[in-house]
Amino acid sequence: MNDTIAGNAGAPPLGARLRALLTGPLLFPALLLLLAIVAIGAMVVGGAGIPLHRVPAALGLTQPIDAAMTERDRLVLLSVRLPRIAMAVVIGAMLASSGAIMQGLFRNPLADPALVGVSSGGALAAATTIVIGDRLTVQAIPLPFAILPIAAFLGSLVTTGVLQRLAMRGRATSIAIFLLAGLAIAALANAGIGLLVFVADDRQLRDITFWLLGSLGGATWEKVALIAPFLAVLLAAVPFIGRGLDLLVLGEAEAFHMGVAVERLKRISIVLIAAMTGAAVAFAGVIGFIGIVVPHLLRIVIGPGHRRLLPASACLGATLLLAADTAARTIAAPAEVPIGVLTALVGAPFFLVLLLRQRGLAGL
Amino acid sequence: MSAIEVQALSVRVGAKRLLEDVSFSVAQGETIAVIGPNGAGKSTLLRTLSGELGASDGAVLLKGRAPQAWHPRDLALRRAVLSQNITVTFPFTVAEVVRMGAGERRGKAIDAMADAALAAVDLPGFRDRIIGTLSGGEQQRVHFARVMVQLACGEAEHGPGILLLDEPTASLDLRHQLDLVSVAKQCAARGTTTIAIVHDLNLAALMAERIIVLGHGRIAADGPPAATINDAMLSAVFGVTAAVGRMPDAGVPFVLPHRAEKSRAH
Repeated sequence: MNDTIAGNAGAPPLGARLRALLTGPLLFPALLLLLAIVAIGAMVVGGAGIPLHRVPAALGLTQPIDAAMTERDRLVLLSVRLPRIAMAVVIGAMLASSGAIMQGLFRNPLADPALVGVSSGGALAAATTIVIGDRLTVQAIPLPFAILPIAAFLGSLVTTGVLQRLAMRGRATSIAIFLLAGLAIAALANAGIGLLVFVADDRQLRDITFWLLGSLGGATWEKVALIAPFLAVLLAAVPFIGRGLDLLVLGEAEAFHMGVAVERLKRISIVLIAAMTGAAVAFAGVIGFIGIVVPHLLRIVIGPGHRRLLPASACLGATLLLAADTAARTIAAPAEVPIGVLTALVGAPFFLVLLLRQRGLAGL
Repeated sequence: MSAIEVQALSVRVGAKRLLEDVSFSVAQGETIAVIGPNGAGKSTLLRTLSGELGASDGAVLLKGRAPQAWHPRDLALRRAVLSQNITVTFPFTVAEVVRMGAGERRGKAIDAMADAALAAVDLPGFRDRIIGTLSGGEQQRVHFARVMVQLACGEAEHGPGILLLDEPTASLDLRHQLDLVSVAKQCAARGTTTIAIVHDLNLAALMAERIIVLGHGRIAADGPPAATINDAMLSAVFGVTAAVGRMPDAGVPFVLPHRAEKSRAH
């Protein structure tokens, strides 16, 4: 107690001032700078090496020295690496911020769409569409491109809704019931996926495996253009749900006492979570733990207020998934490690540490 | 116009009758303590007044309108509620929690208001502490400060408001119980209407000028402390035999229960 009072007397030390700047006005510039550095790294490394000094010419920023080589670099960058980078950025941002929204909605720092079956629900719907859709369509008329994302979104929406019904009975949200219900839902969805794997043919099987392990391999500009609006909607919604989520931390009744239209906030949040998770699952499969690691780290640094936490999660989630994806395609090159496997390898131990530290709070 | 009107209110959840034909009217600036045994319907009454629960029959009017007829944001500017057992999952600081009471309002005036509220609950210097690290009683006082800020913000725009307290003193030590009573009295002096559920009958008598006794979802007694807290009521509603005395100066009753009665009509 005395420390905080006495601490105000003199000027704060340089370290504290820097920290205050980085967690205050310079937070977003710093996060974006970090993202830019990782993005440049992601442009440079990979099967076809493009050293840093050749990047500006390949992007058309400077005059080419060797026209043929620049043309090759250009092709690799513009049609392979940049769409993949953009995809990782958008999906990483969506995974992290939907995790943060879910944790706020359920007042539970352990909530993550991938962990509690929301991603599995999306993947089940996508897998169902692949297998059953294939049987329904005539060879000549393939399924429209957008139907998989829509199916994944609906699958995620239904799962989130069911989870909310199960976990929010009465006034109190039980963290144990929430996690167990999520576990059961994930198991059910995975059983459904297993059933589909059983009846699928070879090509369908390959497609389904893609949903389960997660990959950013198939990124194209068309897909980026399809998915980016989802992120834009999320970021636009932040000012409207940020304060409500803050007040919801005290409890639903208390949020209502302080003037929050709680039911509407819950509906908006659930649709956002489902849309983000569904879109991410549709284009990159199930990628876990980004949604839990990123908001948790940020809460330690900038505090739990959602108006800053949500956009900051988007920035750091983008950076982390991009770094993970770059690692996934380089550590075992020319083969690719599935990114869902990689994030789980790093994220699951993190989750366990978190669980142990929160044990008293979780009442498990 | 009275601040609160409760007209033939009944609340049923499923087949359970929680409140039955409850009617009373509260003038602006009155301080009322609601007492009664466990399961008498006290919390149900408070939740209905706050707008959380709807009436099954009859009506509740806050400043002339049913709570559900207000937008939650407008209602929050006219009535503030302190609930029990609030847990804050995320590491918000004490100052952040207290400022939540101010809604979207920011700035120096709000900071000063929050500091004053923290001083009023005897927690100056706790601003930057994480609320989860405080003791239960300290957290309860932080939430009381938050509710005071909400009330003050609303009263600045719309005049005297309504304060609903659910066992505000439950986890407080004696001194802070009395502090809370004096803060509530200051509010009443400004014209705030207060309804508090209180378990401690002595504190209820000390705090309120009027006491509503609930038993089995109905009003068993309604009146000033001296008229409501007596042997007959304690026996009929609480099922206890108690010595009821009077404090020498103001004639406020106090209760020393000494025996539970064997046969209770339940």
